[in-house]
Amino acid sequence: MYSEKVMEHFANPRNVGEIPDANAVGQVGNAKCGDIMKMYMKIEDNVIKDVKFKTFGCGAAIATSSMATEMVKGKTVDEALTLTNKAVMEALDGLPKEKIHCSVLAEEAIQSAINDYRRRNGEDVPEDKEYTCEH
Amino acid sequence: MDNNATTSLKKEVLDAMLPYYTDIYGNASSKFYKVGRDAEQALYKMRESVAKSINAPNVNEIYFTGSGCEADNWAVKGAAMANRKKGNHIITTKIEHHAILNTCEYLERHGFEVTYLDVDEYGFVTPEQVEAAIKDTTILITIMTANNEIGTIEPIKEIAEVAKKHKVIFHTDAVQAIGHMKIDVKELGVDMLSLSAHKFHGPKGVGMLYIRNGVRIDNLIHGGGQERGKRAATENLAGIAGLAKALEIAVTDLDKNAAHCKKMRDRLIKGIRDNIPYCRLNGPEDEGRMCNNANFSFQYVEGESILMMLDMNGIAASSGSACASGSLDPSHVLMAIGLPHEIAHGSLRLSVGEDTTEEDVDYVVSVLPSIIQRLRDMSPLYEGVE
Repeated sequence: MYSEKVMEHFANPRNVGEIPDANAVGQVGNAKCGDIMKMYMKIEDNVIKDVKFKTFGCGAAIATSSMATEMVKGKTVDEALTLTNKAVMEALDGLPKEKIHCSVLAEEAIQSAINDYRRRNGEDVPEDKEYTCEH
Repeated sequence: MDNNATTSLKKEVLDAMLPYYTDIYGNASSKFYKVGRDAEQALYKMRESVAKSINAPNVNEIYFTGSGCEADNWAVKGAAMANRKKGNHIITTKIEHHAILNTCEYLERHGFEVTYLDVDEYGFVTPEQVEAAIKDTTILITIMTANNEIGTIEPIKEIAEVAKKHKVIFHTDAVQAIGHMKIDVKELGVDMLSLSAHKFHGPKGVGMLYIRNGVRIDNLIHGGGQERGKRAATENLAGIAGLAKALEIAVTDLDKNAAHCKKMRDRLIKGIRDNIPYCRLNGPEDEGRMCNNANFSFQYVEGESILMMLDMNGIAASSGSACASGSLDPSHVLMAIGLPHEIAHGSLRLSVGEDTTEEDVDYVVSVLPSIIQRLRDMSPLYEGVE
């Protein structure tokens, strides 16, 4: 049901963990729905120098977290914000239909972390939305 | 480790089936030539054997179906339709297999009223609950013999007595129970009972419904006059031969196999409890639990991830998480015993069989703790828990 790439990222997820001195932290999802993604970033001069994640969820949630972190590492904040769930899915050679929401969560987790960074820098950024279980 | 899902086909069972694909290929309804009569006689012997295995008083109370699911559908829809002049109320539980639950929901859309009884934290329903739910309009009670997810064995005999007292038809889905506990329809006092061959080392695609003589039931499948006019379709003779043989072996070896399964199950449960913190056993402790079922919830992790990592280690298992089932909510059974969503998402069902060895169990116990730990180290919910 999963592509080889998804399986590979699930078996060997990149960038797992926390960044103790992160200056951008975002969390999306809801334990009740069965998936939570938390992203830690170290941003310097508007560039994502380091990114790590922690995910509670299914195989696709872990694989999309891993792929999304790979795709934004080294990118500028503005570039990272253009990352779409579709791009994450394509990079993983697709996801089963019922797992598409995992890629959406990955996109939102990146945005959530960057929003946190912007708030810390005094920018006026709206609060993250509440998560309900809509797969 | 997923013997609740299905089992391997026994060699003796396959041997019992093969002649009906080759020499005795006749249609049991074609009585005017030898190969048809041979098939008819063989079918009678199979029916006789199955009746003996479940202690049905009469051979003509055994009806073969295409699956356990069909047997459940037939029992519920057939009894509901045949008795709708008497009433429209059906009683069942919240933890039935979807073959029952979805059938009941279908009937609700067609004017029937269904009471879904709650179960306690271990999955038990009581005869008192059943009795309290009976109304003048109640025409059918359907409650499973044993639960497929958490292994709870329901008090079927006592519920049958309540049903009999109130003259309500009682059906039990014994699909998961057969081969793991004694099933004697006479002693249990049930009116109808479903089973499925592939759960006890028989072939897939064949099941059976026991219907006590005198029970009013409509056909589910209309057509020819097979199964005494109650279930049309040319009999799947090879499949039925496999069912009969597998059941005969399951009943003969029951004590031996149940004792072995229980030993393996207990070794597995102890091994997991001793080696993995923050876990809970779902379902009853020992008494009232099926001999082959273990179901755990591991906090802070999600079930599908556990299954995928177990699979990478060559272990097949099952989970009640929403992701694993492809739906929004975790298993209805885990919800019914009162688990919070996040605990239900981290569930794992391991079911042993007669072929499971101590080495198999020890291998699972050696691999599972590091899988759970690895996923917990990845989980934001686990942060600060150590």
